[in-house]
Amino acid sequence: MLMKPEYKIISDIINENSRVLDVGCDDGTLMEFLKLNKDVDIRGIEISKEKVQICVSKGLTVIEGNAELDLKQFPNKSFDYVVLGQTLQAFLNPEIVIKELLRVGKKAVVTIPNFAHWKVRLNLLLKGTMPVTKTLPNEWYNTPNLHMCTIKDFFKFSEKIDFKIFKSLALINENVSTINNSNLFTKNLFAELGIFLIEKSYEN
Amino acid sequence: MNNKENIKTIVVKKPLKLDCGQTINDFPLAYETYGSLNIKKDNAILVCHALTGDQFVTGLNPITKKDGWWSNVVGPNKSIDTNKYFVICINVIGGCMGSFGPSHINPKTKKIFGTDFPVITINDIVNAQINLLDHFGIKKLFSVVGGSMGGMQVLQFVSNFPEKTKTAVPIACTSSHSAQNIAFNELGRQAITADHNWSEGNYSSNNINPDKGLAVARMAAHITYLSKKGLQEKFGRKLQERDALKFGFDADFQIESYLRYQGSVFVDRFDANSYLYITRAMDYFDLGKQFDGNLSNAFKNSKTKFFVISFTSDWLYPTQENKDIVIALNAIGADVGFVEIKSDKGHDSFLLDVPDFLKTLKNFLDKSYFK
Repeated sequence: MLMKPEYKIISDIINENSRVLDVGCDDGTLMEFLKLNKDVDIRGIEISKEKVQICVSKGLTVIEGNAELDLKQFPNKSFDYVVLGQTLQAFLNPEIVIKELLRVGKKAVVTIPNFAHWKVRLNLLLKGTMPVTKTLPNEWYNTPNLHMCTIKDFFKFSEKIDFKIFKSLALINENVSTINNSNLFTKNLFAELGIFLIEKSYEN
Repeated sequence: MNNKENIKTIVVKKPLKLDCGQTINDFPLAYETYGSLNIKKDNAILVCHALTGDQFVTGLNPITKKDGWWSNVVGPNKSIDTNKYFVICINVIGGCMGSFGPSHINPKTKKIFGTDFPVITINDIVNAQINLLDHFGIKKLFSVVGGSMGGMQVLQFVSNFPEKTKTAVPIACTSSHSAQNIAFNELGRQAITADHNWSEGNYSSNNINPDKGLAVARMAAHITYLSKKGLQEKFGRKLQERDALKFGFDADFQIESYLRYQGSVFVDRFDANSYLYITRAMDYFDLGKQFDGNLSNAFKNSKTKFFVISFTSDWLYPTQENKDIVIALNAIGADVGFVEIKSDKGHDSFLLDVPDFLKTLKNFLDKSYFK
């Protein structure tokens, strides 16, 4: 229903005619967009029954399931890309989820709401309450987010659990730009969203 | 059971080798159809019925004079839309609505088969059904759909005939009958065979049916089709046409009266020996075992698009058993969707007016058809 600004960016990352799994596919908007633009063979996994039913009404192939438990049924490298949009922070164990994404997919596209955005920082600094912003609309007591992180955290995370970041993009006011080591400080301050194309570092 | 002239039948000449080793030929297959087959013959849906169902899916059943068992689902503009699709349903072999079964005459002895009828399996049922598709000249079905034992047939169908259907919808079923499932079926069979009138299966020659045994079998099974919550909400401890307990063994409670009624109407339309044979076929069903314990291999030659549906309150064929089918399909990269529908109506949900189920099934079929 709602076209999020990062959908276009995700679509640009993904090659045509590839096999894609959208983890937490919501109402299937991104799946439809990718089918239309990239002619991909796409599947979805979604935890909400209502949203699975919406996806079915759009003719999409979706299974009801929980990414933390149900990704294990997919064989190694059974997809060219696995997409995880703004949900990494909502899992009990993000480390296991990332490892599963990189096992099931040859590559993974992960997007994260950036907790280091200046408005978030300012919000906490001045108000002294948990930040509520456009990308983080929930209060502390009803947020699904268990493990908020920043763009900088995600880079550190890549070193810790050893995956390669091929592409890292920042979304700032609906404009996209590349993140690198020299501009990390400013991107981490101004980006609402980080978008990463990642791959396993080595075969194990 | 009269009005048998309302039953459409083909006689299958081709020999069919059964899993038990016997071969049958020149056997009748009773069926019914709804809607019309288009010129391209690509709009046919095979509906597979459950244990006590029959080929009269929707509208008025000409034999029982009651609504067809899937009237909520099949019909004009319904989930399986007979304005669009040509629906075929075939009475399973071993059944009692015209297809070859234990109430038929054994050509060798000129007597009713009874328990001399060969034990049949879901595999045999499906292998018999394919003859009707040939009869209609249908090379490929649009879909094969069924709930409960009907779902088992759906799975076996795709496994046996991977090229014969574009889509498949197994609903509230399993790929392997569990110990609990077998236990309940055995309880039903014991109730029938313990009835003195059963007479080792030769009751037709005595003209007295084992109605009590068959009714108890139905009552026990009926409980397994409902959920505890559903029963509690519908009946609770409400009394049946009385203000106080009678301190006897009449039906004091509404639930007792309801079950007795379910048992009594069932014996009018169902054959006790068929009940034995069909429950046996279900118990023998273990699709993974047919493929050395690897269920994925049952589907490895198929490009069929699957949609698996389960219900939250179904404890007879619980979600996990349906999910095991999904897992086996995903393991080979098959095209499979899955949803668990929220319902308090237990296993019977697939037969009842459960809006989310009806809507989802319709959406899956209609979206898959126009692609």
